[in-house]
Formats: sequence, C-alpha cells, structure tokens
Amino acid sequence: MSKMIEIRWHGRGGQGAKTAALLFADACLGAGMYIQAFPEYGPERTGAPVASYNRISGEPITIHSAVESPSVVVILDPTLIGAVDVMKGLPQDGVVLVNTNETTEEMGKKLGLNGQKLFVLDASTISKETIGRDIPNTPMLGALVGATGMVDFDSMIEDTEAKLKKKFRNKPEVIAGNVQAIRQAYETVKAQHA
Amino acid sequence: MASLKELSKKPALFTGGHRACTGCSAPIVARMLFMAADTPLVVGSATGCLEVTTTLFPYTSWDTPFLHSAFENSAASISGVEAAYRSLKKQGKYDKDVRFVAFGGDGGTYDIGLQSLSGAMERGHRMLYICYNNEAYMNTGIQRSSATMFGADTTTTPVGREGRGKKQFEKDLTAILVAHGVPYVAQGSPSYWNDLITKMQKALNTDGPSFINVLAPCRLGWAFPPEDTIEMGRLAANTCAWPLYEVVDGQYKITYKPREKQPVSEYLKKQTKYRHMFRPGNEAMIEAYQAHVDEKWERLLKLAGEPVPDKA
Amino acid sequence: MSETKTETSLKGVKNLAALTGNEAVAQALRQINPDVIAAYPITPATEIVQIFSTYVSDGLVNTEFVAVESEHSAMSATIGASAAGARAMTATSSQGLALMWEMLYIASGLRRPIVMPVVNRALSSPINIHCDHSDTMGARDAGWLHIFSEDAQEAYDNTIQAIRISEHPDIQLPTMVTMDGFIISHGMEVVKMLDDDVVRDFVGTYKPDTYLLDVDKPVTMGGLDFTDFYFEHRRQLAEPMEAAPGVVKQIGEEYGKLTGRKFGLYEGYMLDDADYVMVLLGSTAGTAKTIIPELRAKGIKAGLLKLRMFRPFPYDEVAGLLAGRKAVAVMDRSDGLAGLGGPLFGEIRSALYEAKQRPPLADYVYGLGGRDCGPAQLMQVFEDMQKMAVTGAAANRVNYLGVRE
Repeated sequence: MSKMIEIRWHGRGGQGAKTAALLFADACLGAGMYIQAFPEYGPERTGAPVASYNRISGEPITIHSAVESPSVVVILDPTLIGAVDVMKGLPQDGVVLVNTNETTEEMGKKLGLNGQKLFVLDASTISKETIGRDIPNTPMLGALVGATGMVDFDSMIEDTEAKLKKKFRNKPEVIAGNVQAIRQAYETVKAQHA
Repeated sequence: MASLKELSKKPALFTGGHRACTGCSAPIVARMLFMAADTPLVVGSATGCLEVTTTLFPYTSWDTPFLHSAFENSAASISGVEAAYRSLKKQGKYDKDVRFVAFGGDGGTYDIGLQSLSGAMERGHRMLYICYNNEAYMNTGIQRSSATMFGADTTTTPVGREGRGKKQFEKDLTAILVAHGVPYVAQGSPSYWNDLITKMQKALNTDGPSFINVLAPCRLGWAFPPEDTIEMGRLAANTCAWPLYEVVDGQYKITYKPREKQPVSEYLKKQTKYRHMFRPGNEAMIEAYQAHVDEKWERLLKLAGEPVPDKA
Repeated sequence: MSETKTETSLKGVKNLAALTGNEAVAQALRQINPDVIAAYPITPATEIVQIFSTYVSDGLVNTEFVAVESEHSAMSATIGASAAGARAMTATSSQGLALMWEMLYIASGLRRPIVMPVVNRALSSPINIHCDHSDTMGARDAGWLHIFSEDAQEAYDNTIQAIRISEHPDIQLPTMVTMDGFIISHGMEVVKMLDDDVVRDFVGTYKPDTYLLDVDKPVTMGGLDFTDFYFEHRRQLAEPMEAAPGVVKQIGEEYGKLTGRKFGLYEGYMLDDADYVMVLLGSTAGTAKTIIPELRAKGIKAGLLKLRMFRPFPYDEVAGLLAGRKAVAVMDRSDGLAGLGGPLFGEIRSALYEAKQRPPLADYVYGLGGRDCGPAQLMQVFEDMQKMAVTGAAANRVNYLGVRE
C-alpha cells in the first residue's frame, strides 16, 4: 500500500472518535505501515460533534496539514448526519461507514450518496451486547478493516487486544467484550461487500 | 535555649564587610541564623536589601552556598534546591546533611513572592523561610507594602495636604502561613536574640516547611538613629505592635510577654514615618492604631489560651 | 487498497511506537531520567508532565517531580535544582513560557544547562490554544539555544541531544526544544525509540564543576554586578553561543552514528540545485516535502531549507545556502509586529546582507493560532517565487498567507 489513505472519524465527545483513530493507527503500525492519527481540537465537551483523522501509508508521511478529502469517512453517531457535513470532501470512489440500525438504502438516501460505497452496521447494539455499554468506537474499528481491508484482520485484532490490555489493566473484563465487538462488526461489514 | 558562650564559638558564615546601612537589622538576623544551625546551610534570598548588599561581585558575605535568582521566587528557588537534595540523596549520589533557608523582605514575601511562598509551603519542602520584615519596600526607596503599618509615611503613601500616610492596616502574613498548616511558624525579632535563635533552631529541626516572620527595624525607612535598632524591636514587642510567638503544629504559644504593655505611641513617636500622627487633629490615627494593636494582641492571647485582661 | 510491501515497510523494525509528540517527549524524559522536574500544566504541553508523573508514580524514574504552583516557580525551582547540582528539566507552552520570561534570562545568565521541551502555541490575546511560534520567538534573545522539531521523531531525538548540547563544557546554556502545538504534540506518528540503556549512556551522568550542594566549596550564585562587571559577564554569554554550532553538529553526528538519524543546524530538502527555496521551521516543513516533488515533476526546481537551530542562528550557513537562488520565501509562523514581517524574516535578511548575489526575498506570515497551512497555500508561495524571479523582486515584502483581509 504505497498510496496514502486518509480517514475521517465523526463522533460526539465521549464516543471515542479520538481513541478509535489512535487504536487504528497503532494497529496499522503493527502491520508495518506509516501512520498518523490526530484529533480536531476545540472547546467541545461531552456530546459535542468532534472529528479525528488517520493517515495510513506504505511510505513515510510528512504532511502536517488538515485532512481535506478523506477516502474513508466513519460515522460513530448517525444523529450527526445533517448537523455536520459528514460527506465533505469525500470523493466519488470514497467509502463511508455508519453506525446505524437503518438499512443501506435508507442511510444512502440520508447521506445523498454520489457514487460512494456505503457500509452500515448497528455498532451501538453490538457494543451494548458485547461490552455492556454504548461505545461504538471499537466495533467501528472492526468495521473499518472489514470495509477497506487495509490491514490484516487477525494481526489488527491482536494488536488492539494488546493495546486494550495496557489501557484497561485494572478492568480485564472489558477486553474480551471489545475483542468480540470488533470481530462481530468486522463480519457484519465483510458480508456487505458486493 | 542557646548559651552566648557556645554561640560565640560558631564560625561566622555571614561575614562583615557587606554594604548594608549602619544599624540595619537584616545582617543581624543572618548572623543569628548561622548561630542556630548545626548543619551546613544552603541559603537563598529574594532580590532586596539583604541580597544586594551582601553579594556585590566580586565579593560575598556568604561563606555558605548562596543563591539569588529573582524577586518573587525565593521560596520556589530554594524548593528546587531542596528537591535536588532529596533526589540526589534518594539515588545515593549525595550523603551530607544539609538544611535549606530562603530569605525575603516583606516585598518579596508578603507581596510579589506570596504565591511562590504559598506553593513551596503547601508542597511541604523541608526548608525554612525567613521574612525580614522592615515594613516597606526599602531597597527601592521606602514604598508601601502590605506589611506597612497604618498611617506610615512612605514614598507611595506620602503625607501631603490630603494624604495621611497608608490607609490600610497591615496584612497578617503569619496567620496566612499558619493557615497553610505549616508545622512551625513563628514571629521573632533580632532584639530578642535568644528567642529568635531558639526559634530558628526549632524551625531547622522541623521535618517539613517552617516560616519565621522577623521584624527588621529599618533606620532608613522608619527614620530612627542607627544605634536604636535593637531598641526599636524591644518597643515593638513591649507595645505588642510586633508580638513574639510561635505556632507549633497549629498550637499557639506566646514566647515573650511584656511585663507591662506600653502604649503604642511610645513606639510610633520614635519613627519619623509616623510624625504626622502626632500633629493636632490626627489623634484619631493613634487611637485607631492602638485599637488595632489591642485587638490583635487579644486575639493572640485567646489563640494561645492565655487570659485576656479586662478592658479598662 | 491492496497490501503491498514496499522497501520502506516498517515490519520487523525494532523499537517502533505509535506516539504523539507529547508521548514521545515524555518517553525521552523517562529515558533521560533527570534528577528533578518542576513543572506546571498548560495546554498543549500538559501531557508531557502528566505522562511523566505516571512514570514517577510507577517508580520508573529516580526523578523528584515538583508540582509547582506556576510556570514562574517551575523555572525558578528548575534553576534552583540545577544550581544545587541536579540535572533539572521542565516543559511548558505559550502563556506558561511568557510567565517564565524573567527566569529564562536568569537561567542563561546563571549558565544553567536546563533542557526544556516547549510546545509552540499562540499567545493571548485573543486566547488560543493552537500552534504558532509566537511564544518561543518572544524568548529568542533570552540566551537559550532554540531547536525546532518537524515531527514527533525529531522532538524525541532533539530532546535527548539537547541534554548533551546544554551540558557540554563549552556551552553550559539552557536549551528549548520545540514542537508544534496539537499538530505534533497531539498527533500520533511513528517514532523509532532508542533502548533505555542507549539513551542513558548517550546522555551520561551530569557532573557539574560548581554547585550549591558542594558545601565544602561554598559559592555565591546570582550576585549583583555594577557597571564594572555586568558587561563582562554578559559578554561571556556570547562565547558559548559562538561555540554552539560546532557542538550541535558534533553531537548530531554522534547521534547519527548511534541511530542512523544525523542532525545538523538545518535540513535541506531537494535544496542543492533548487531555484526557488522556501525557508521553514517546524511541522509545515513536512507538508512542503509533499509538494516539492510535485513541482519538480513539472520541471520547477523547488527546494526547502528547514532550520533546526534558531538560536544560535546559523547566519553563515543560511547565507551560503540562499545566495544566488532565483527566489526565496521565508515562512514565519509568528508576526514580529516589527514593521517588517516575522522574526525569521529579519534573521534571513540579516544573514544575506553580505551575500554577493542576494536573491529576491519575501516573507509569508502564516498559520497564526493554528490556522491550517496545507499544500495549496504552499503551492501559492512557490508560484509567487516564480514571479519574483522574473521581476527580480517580491510584489510584497511581507505577505499574510491564508488570512481573511
């Protein structure tokens, strides 16, 4: 993968858009790729619309300006659609992933797709069933890999597990749930490939 | 209790030849510090009279390690020295037993350095902070400070056609330090050498921060003859304008009680800075001053669990 | 989006970590393991000392961490600790650095080899937490060495090298190592770390000649100079600044042998034969590196001069590198408000004074308060340079890039 991929994550403060970008970058590094992950900073607190970004490449990444036309957009919270221009800069051959219980058709209309490939999954329900809380960021990580195939899924899940073990060293029960959530989301999206 | 004979044998690590005014009390306090110390000291000072008169390059009055960096940070600077000491000791890189002392005038302590002092005391560094309180910014030419007493004629509260000196009473910094929970807090005076040296010893032996507020009569700013420095401190104590006490782990103890409390006018009239208060029509100023001193003294007696005399 | 392995693949490379700039610098501090750190939090540098506090709490370092009540006290306590004989450090940003300002001059005047990572952030007012270089530029004459970093890797590498530079017997001056706020401090990138023992050996043990805790040899630090000595003492400060370029290069070479990453006073990117040269500090240099190959592909000989050292300023090197070019654009991420552009512009113009072939020169003030500076803006500057080369002079000596007028 020598061409650089840019990803934009949309969420609300507290949903883990930043963490997802960081975890994804870490997983991609584990797969031998160059990475960037950075959040968009403002005075926003919990609940406010936030964005974070990834750049992934097989070559060293030196660019340090904003991501303007990502090839992938990941939407953690469907209520942002309409409130935030989530499709901004996404080219026609771009990919969009949405955490929603709506169908691809319904969501496609809402987003006003213009050729972009859409994947939908109910990451909130997955996370409630596996982790016990509505934190859609980790399942969306699995969905992203399922949609783009940017990294090998097995190595990615291994890497994320290691990272979660570090982060939740006092709450080991959270880890299994997260791993399950990522796997389930991955499978869901994988099945949507035409 | 120190004995004069023993104290006289201690090396004078604060040496003569400095450039302080004749009759200045700050060098007396510095000399007493070394009489009180049983270990080597690293000393720091805020910018001010003591520092500029004792470190004029290429000379120094300090035969001990000495650091000056700026005005408002004497406590922060010495807290850094003390942190280095703890770090190096913990790592086994240093094995000597040393104590740390920061000096500041009332400008560097009550005012511009209050934040830095508060921080260092709250963090609990094992260091003694000595404020030599001459009740105004003497180094820059007698400007008022928050330690300056009511009515004082200073260059920024000049007595004039309208002005009658400083309008406010002084800030009770010692109480502020007590409120920090500092384990050893005291007020002292160079006029009571045994009392002050004993307090310095207790402070240096405190395993934590300590603070001594020392009245430093200033012949220049207060305008009295240089030979009266010690007498001024005695008057301050005997009128209870500057009571001597210590607060050990929150427990107040008065360490000097005048046999008979003298009227504060006896103290004020010796200082030119209060001259206007003795002019006809300004009697109320002396009364207000006396009332303030009385109130503070009574509060102190109560805090120390001493009987409060009936009001006449 | 297939997975193709290229020659630059990182698979199997040792000690790789995905770190933000703040994390990378905190790791460098852990490996340096200073005796004392005294610091006060400020966005966006807070994480450096916050992460470091966890190292202290986990017993990974020997450091005494002094959580002071202000940046003024942070620098005061750091100076005190350094004077006492410890290797002492702190970190800050923006208003915090501004509050330290008085103490910055004292740190250099007392010849304290303090290393301070600074996350570049705009200065108030209006209050703004994002990147520009106004904060450290304000301290440019404070007697500190001033090293800019392009990315998290350089922030890490520069922090480690700065210890050796500052403590070098010929230098004995403080150094600030900067990185761009949020862009680098909070941006996660690939960082190749060194092993702990490699860093430990590289930085060595701090052995001062004169220090306060040497109670058998008492010394007075910070005394008063009158007119008879002050000038001589300040004159002495100029000498280590003259020696610094040599020391920086020597330590950069040594570090290069150890890591494969060699450092000098500057980095040239496609510079040798460039007609149009952009001069940059910090993270935007990386963005310039993405468009210069595009320009080259179109036959436009574009190049980049990224300065690593801002203090001391490499006047001779800069003059040698820029003289004779068809056009030069200076990129200032702070406005000097001096009447003629930003601080970097002043230095570059000064450097070129004796040059025989002075190039047409323009200043571009950009990116204030974190305003994004992307490829399109930089392209515009290269287009301007091509016009300058034709007319022989810049249309405007000072330009404001990416601002609504």
